[in-house]
Amino acid sequence: MSPPALTVTDLTMSYGELRAVDGVSFEVAEGEFVGILGPNGAGKTTTLEIAEGLREPDSGTVRLLGESPWPRNLALLPRIGVQLQASAFFEKLTAREQLETFGALYGVGSARVDEMLDLVGLSDKAGTPEAKLSGGQRQRLSIACALVHDPDVVFLDEPTAALDPQARRNLWDVLREIQARGKTIVYTTHYLDEAEVLCDRVAIMDQGRILAMDTPARLVRDLDAATHVTLERGALPADDARALPGADGVTQDEVSLTIATRAPAPLLTALAERGTLDGLQVRTATLEDVFLHLTGREYRA
Amino acid sequence: MTVTEERERTRPRPATVSGSSSFRALSVAMFKGFVRDKATLFFTFLFPLMFLLIFGLIFGNQGASKTEVGVVGEGQVIQALERSEAVELKRMDSAEAAEQQVRSGDLPAFVAQDGTDVTLRFAASDRTRAGTVYGIVRGVVDRVNVAATGQPPRFELDSAQVEDSSLKPIQYLAPGLMSWAVSIAAVFGAALTFVNWRKKQVLRRLRLAPVWPLTVLGSRLVVSLGVALLQFGVFVGIALLPVFGLQLSGQWWLAVPLLLLGTLAFFSVGMLIGALCKTEESANGASNLVVLPMAFLSGAFFPTDLMPQWLQNAAQVLPMRHLNEGMLDVMVRGEGVDALAVPALVLVAFTAVLGLLAAKLFRWED
Repeated sequence: MSPPALTVTDLTMSYGELRAVDGVSFEVAEGEFVGILGPNGAGKTTTLEIAEGLREPDSGTVRLLGESPWPRNLALLPRIGVQLQASAFFEKLTAREQLETFGALYGVGSARVDEMLDLVGLSDKAGTPEAKLSGGQRQRLSIACALVHDPDVVFLDEPTAALDPQARRNLWDVLREIQARGKTIVYTTHYLDEAEVLCDRVAIMDQGRILAMDTPARLVRDLDAATHVTLERGALPADDARALPGADGVTQDEVSLTIATRAPAPLLTALAERGTLDGLQVRTATLEDVFLHLTGREYRA
Repeated sequence: MTVTEERERTRPRPATVSGSSSFRALSVAMFKGFVRDKATLFFTFLFPLMFLLIFGLIFGNQGASKTEVGVVGEGQVIQALERSEAVELKRMDSAEAAEQQVRSGDLPAFVAQDGTDVTLRFAASDRTRAGTVYGIVRGVVDRVNVAATGQPPRFELDSAQVEDSSLKPIQYLAPGLMSWAVSIAAVFGAALTFVNWRKKQVLRRLRLAPVWPLTVLGSRLVVSLGVALLQFGVFVGIALLPVFGLQLSGQWWLAVPLLLLGTLAFFSVGMLIGALCKTEESANGASNLVVLPMAFLSGAFFPTDLMPQWLQNAAQVLPMRHLNEGMLDVMVRGEGVDALAVPALVLVAFTAVLGLLAAKLFRWED
């Protein structure tokens, strides 16, 4: 197995009294898509900035592609691509000119610029000034600028923040395409649903610590949480529902009746036999439940 | 060519990213940003030219208009006065009418000649003009007296002005306003670029690219120097138009290297402001606070002789003072390269001190 693309060990970083990063360790394998999740202020961005070499940690080590990113490592910089939270662009330049300028910093020619515009779906906006692009388009341009020099490891800081749902979906396609090209991606987000869909593995972070890190599916499975089956109210009397095989608990409100179960198969079979599948919804646990379980509080981005 | 070959070809070679490619790309990006920003273009070119027009009108009129004096009667003195062209003559019918005009302030004085009697009556309320008119008429009367004796005058007064052309206001306004214009472009340009780039995290993004800080700084400096050259061309070109009538002396082109040194000094001021200020608004204010008083004290708008001596001495620390002096010397006063030594040394020293200070205070991010 090839060595990990990124290894961070025991990182700590304080701003005055605040422990922004408090003993963080993790590894990212080559070609892996890893998400760092957590609410605002969890320490995601600081962790990312230390890994990129923008900040020196108070203690702990970072090995990025086998090298230390701090102090500023000029040999390493061409191999990493970073998209920053703010859209860092030159003033008054078009989308194409932004890419050309950033490309030239790495000695990249204009053929690559076209390829990048195509990748992020901005070919028809090449001549548009950056300031006239929509939020989603600007975010995609920003990612294209981070990728223009064909880096091995890509860091993205909240690329989908403040985008409308359609723009988010478009960006997901871009991110999947980048992963398909064999890049290692480390990204932060506060959208747990998004990370569940996109990432190979996620690290759940809160108050400067990584609480858990695994594939989304395994995190949810390990939670051993009940599956909730919801029916229209009145489809089934509550007492009948409690008597069903596998039913652990039943709750009702004005519109629906919800059955909690740890054995969904016999329960669903029984419901099917009774012909009460109309409007039925099955909700399994999500990363939000994992977060609730790990921190003892509701997830709020 | 296949797609894979294409990708192979365009794939960067990390170890050999050339500094010149970064340098050129950054310079081009900044230059495009400059020419596409209408407000910047206005403040760089049109705004100072507006002042050339305004000051030209204010001071130009003063130099051109002669004092008007009423004359009554005929005679040698009046003819000589007319030939001297020192005053504008206004023919009057009678001494009474002329005196009435002087009393009412329409004329500063009148001269009447009747045979050998010459009368000068002036309004003492305007002492300066009264003195001037008195001196002129006295001189003409004396000359006519000497001529009437048939003897050659014993004392000859040889008077001439020191400048090779008449020092009309445009002669000091054009170099002065030009150094002011160049300081606006260089100070604001450097300060706002660095503050804006820090705020928008462009500096941080550049820090993540394999580019040296000196390359970033140098590319911005090259843009400032280029803009200064453009300003020189536009300003001198327009001031040379007959309307303004600037007359350049022999080695005027020596002003170009001095102007570039001046740009360096102003750029270092901008760098310092850019390192100290966090927002564009404060950088803007700080730049104004530096540039405008400096321009006034350096004689960009009017000659510094009008200022008290202690203020003139204090102004010696200002780079624009020396830039102005040097440019006046070579562009208007007809001096050569020797006149540049002191200004050039001062500008270089100023740049070195402020540049080092700015480098010490420089921050990639807040």
